[in-house]
Amino acid sequence: MSKRLRILVAKPGLDGHDRGAKVVARALRDAGMEVIYTGLRQTPEMIVEAALQEDVDGVGLSILSGAHMTLVPRVLQGLRDAGLDRVGVFVGGIVPDEDVPVLKEQGVAAIFGPGASTDVIVETVRQVLGEA
Amino acid sequence: MELAEQVLAGNRRALARLISFVEDDDLAARDALALLYPHTGRAHVVGVTGAPGTGKSTLVNVLAKTLRGRDLTVGVVAVDPTSPFTGGALLGDRVRMRDLAGDPGVFIRSMASRGSLGGLALATGAVVQVLDAAGFDVVLVETVGVGQAEVDIARTAHTTIVIEAPGLGDEVQALKAGLMEIADILVVNKADRPEAARTARALEVTLGLGWGHADNGAWRPLVLKTVALDGTGVPELMDALFSHRAYLQESGLLRQRERERVRGDLMHLLERDLVARLIARVGEPALDDWVRRIVEREADLYAAVQALLEA
Ligand SMILES: Nc1nc2c(ncn2[C@@H]2O[C@H](COP(=O)(O)OP(=O)(O)OP(=O)(O)O)[C@@H](O)[C@H]2O)c(=O)[nH]1
Ligand SMILES: [Mg+2]
Repeated sequence: MSKRLRILVAKPGLDGHDRGAKVVARALRDAGMEVIYTGLRQTPEMIVEAALQEDVDGVGLSILSGAHMTLVPRVLQGLRDAGLDRVGVFVGGIVPDEDVPVLKEQGVAAIFGPGASTDVIVETVRQVLGEA
Repeated sequence: MELAEQVLAGNRRALARLISFVEDDDLAARDALALLYPHTGRAHVVGVTGAPGTGKSTLVNVLAKTLRGRDLTVGVVAVDPTSPFTGGALLGDRVRMRDLAGDPGVFIRSMASRGSLGGLALATGAVVQVLDAAGFDVVLVETVGVGQAEVDIARTAHTTIVIEAPGLGDEVQALKAGLMEIADILVVNKADRPEAARTARALEVTLGLGWGHADNGAWRPLVLKTVALDGTGVPELMDALFSHRAYLQESGLLRQRERERVRGDLMHLLERDLVARLIARVGEPALDDWVRRIVEREADLYAAVQALLEA
């Protein structure tokens, strides 16, 4: 039996609802993963700390506030500083096309727009984190 | 450096990794646990159990904060159920524990029950030992909100807090007999609700019936009211926790319970390994053959056991 994937789903930033994050969290659970859900208004520092304590394979960030270009790099840097380079980072939300290559360059594994189906998200997470 | 040594040196990433190995029953975990074992036995382990939504996580959050205020470090293990259909789990207890973020004196770990039905995961006891060895003064264990939590948590924790909330239907009925028996402290949480006083009285009455003969120095479970959201009643809960710890030490129960737990674990492992060894010796085909013969009424269970043991 392969090791069960552990994923942290977090909602950084100040915008107020986490419906999308919860839908994704449930989809990942239904795909057999252990999902640690942290809720609203997480700072990058809180996310990195939780990723470390929970020893996750991946982190999913749901960002609708438009603050992805400040929040995501801080999470990536924090993970590196904590020695968590191998944790895969996924971003869901509204990310303009021109920001996509920039974030990927910085180390984001995949970015999902508001229309992405949960099937695609689950498949991508599995592929990136190396589970058949 | 060995993982276990890193854990003893206070490396939190090593601690997190080791907990994963323990959860996965990885071989690396056995060696590490052996190295850590001499460093265990110092933490006070507190179980927090009760029906879903009674406020376990919220209370763990405020308890941990209060313990930190008394300069005690706190490890938290929060167990949520694994789906029996997919093997996945949604671990959401951290949502209520955000106040503890950024404190190096706190370490929180969410755990999926992974098929265990007793309210804890099979590996929860070992994870508690790792946190104990890592030096946390108190380890708070939140159980799954459903199932037969009582046996497992009572064996794992020194002090068991059972949480009730008012307005969950018939209070006394909601509080199953098993939960009553393991409660060292009963907490009626959400005491900001008007029915709380009635629930607390009902519990006291029920306890009075069961524990009417408690004049022999035995611990009488306390009934306390809290508002986990704002910390009301938590200092009193803290005092009760320390009284119970002192009672366990002075009465010798702390040692006695540990002896019972160790004996249980020892017997359990012996049984498991003896059976595995026996099967390895006689082989699966021989076992299948006995099964067939018993089904065919050519032999009976007891004869098979006798023959297999003597094989
Ligand atoms: N009014 C009131 N609400 C509370 C109190 N404590 C917790 N709650 C609320 O009760 C709900 C459930 O709290 P949790 O701490 O998640 O309960 P739990 O027992 O950990 O739940 P599970 O882990 O799902 O079994 C949340 O909405 C809390 O905000 C309290 O003292 N008063
Ligand atoms: Mg909870």
